[in-house]
Amino acid sequence: MKVLVPVKRVVDFNVKVRVRPDGSGVDLANVKMSMNPFDEIAVEQAIRFKEQGKASEIVVVSVGPKETNETLRTALAMGADRGIHVLASGPVEPLAVAKILARIVGDEAPKLVIVGKQAIDDDCNQTGQMLAGLLRWPQATFASKADVSESTVTVTREIDGGLQTLALDLPAVVTCDLRLNEPRYASLPNIMKAKKKPIAETTPEALGVDIAPRLKISRTFEPPARSGGRKVASVAELAQLVRDHVGV
Amino acid sequence: MSVLLLAEHDNAKTTDATARALSAALQTGKPVDILVAGENCRPAAEAAAALSGVARVILVEDAAYKHGLAEVLADLIVQLGAQHYQTFVAAGTALGKSVMPRVAALFDVMQVTDVSRVVSPTSFERLIYAGNAIQLVEVPQGKTVLTVRVSSFEPVKVGGSAPIETAAAGPAFPRTRFVGESVQQTGRPELTSARVVVSGGRGMGSADNFDALIKPIADRLGAAIGASRAAVDSGFAPNDLQVGQTGKAVAPELYIAVGISGAIQHLAGMKDSKVIVAINKDEEAPIFQIADYGLVGDLFTVLPDLDRALQQQNRVT
Repeated sequence: MKVLVPVKRVVDFNVKVRVRPDGSGVDLANVKMSMNPFDEIAVEQAIRFKEQGKASEIVVVSVGPKETNETLRTALAMGADRGIHVLASGPVEPLAVAKILARIVGDEAPKLVIVGKQAIDDDCNQTGQMLAGLLRWPQATFASKADVSESTVTVTREIDGGLQTLALDLPAVVTCDLRLNEPRYASLPNIMKAKKKPIAETTPEALGVDIAPRLKISRTFEPPARSGGRKVASVAELAQLVRDHVGV
Repeated sequence: MSVLLLAEHDNAKTTDATARALSAALQTGKPVDILVAGENCRPAAEAAAALSGVARVILVEDAAYKHGLAEVLADLIVQLGAQHYQTFVAAGTALGKSVMPRVAALFDVMQVTDVSRVVSPTSFERLIYAGNAIQLVEVPQGKTVLTVRVSSFEPVKVGGSAPIETAAAGPAFPRTRFVGESVQQTGRPELTSARVVVSGGRGMGSADNFDALIKPIADRLGAAIGASRAAVDSGFAPNDLQVGQTGKAVAPELYIAVGISGAIQHLAGMKDSKVIVAINKDEEAPIFQIADYGLVGDLFTVLPDLDRALQQQNRVT
């Protein structure tokens, strides 16, 4: 079974981004970039399916500028088999990414698409669900457990109040939550091997997808700052403050 | 053209998150209909009809909607909405986040995720980068699909009596099947609507400590319990208690953070709280930079002492 894993190159989760004073966006110059952490979980899950003998090939896809190649190499070093790089500069909205992925799904015919539940830059949480909608495939979002057979993927999802388990006929889309697994680090030999793995390049135009943004971002600004208050000296004082604020 | 709001309910009543999403929907200034889909859920439709400002309740009863599956709900919304609605809204809960992007894709539009402010019927604010920046987003002509950051809106109060109309079910989607569910009934307030939240972090050390130290304080304050990602990852607390960028956003009157260092991803979910109290043994912990009141100390002695002190104050009054 072929598994497709879309990955996104984003600002590293440790970076505190700065908003440009002119309101035009977030300053990304010389900022450390990494694979979206939720997509790392997706890559790891695909590799585990392959190690269990359930997946035969893992294809990773990313949409982005030329540097996105590094993100794909990271996935290949973790254990994916080959990459597809859709070259695009500037932000590409989730709807356009989903359309690109739908075209690639048409060419590659994977039985399963595993993707992170959201990207930590735009925090949209849309791409997997949109892809499933466009393909009219079953979807299971926020997976914390997943098991796959020839014809079905069984997913335990994190929902409000607890967990829900669904069975999806393949082909299907699964989006990953944090607890699905802990992604591995690529070993040095695997990083070297990954350099020889193939990455095909294409473009949105070649795939026939219009990536012009649908939403207009008219301004980006910082939220009002919250400043620290004071330290209290004793539990008794803290208890009094708590009492004052909640009336207990 | 009016707004269709997807209700979240337990068959008997609609959730607090739905009442908050309704607030956002009403701020567009257009008539708002609420869709209540489920099996044997007329009581929930009646509860929705009683929310102030609702134009109509659309009730769809069918076993297909019993478990809140995205595929059938998205198809139903598209079927109902293609002709009669322009804007589609849901709370940014696990349900809304699963259903609405699928709806948006079927309409061939972008969704605006986690709206924190309605500026006009076509422009909205939303948070990006774990709440470190806010975008003002304008949507084009045509269908608009929104999810709502529920902690940014007050719940609509009861006081209406909207008519309830029934509608036919949409197409089935047999390729997705419900297998099972384990949902905890804690008897506590909902995390996203509680007036007080007590959250524990990595510093709690174990699930036993978390239960033994956080629960008594939460019980005493009538508070919901939250957790940092570290606490959830370590198995100290269940996943649906996670507060933060990828968990829940909360904005209670009082947020008490215990043994939480204050990673930006956690702050994203709680920094809109009115008053923040932090208890941490590390006086350099970033949580103190945003806390109104901080106590540097060992939570294993502070929490029992705090519990006793709150108990004594209760006795005095």
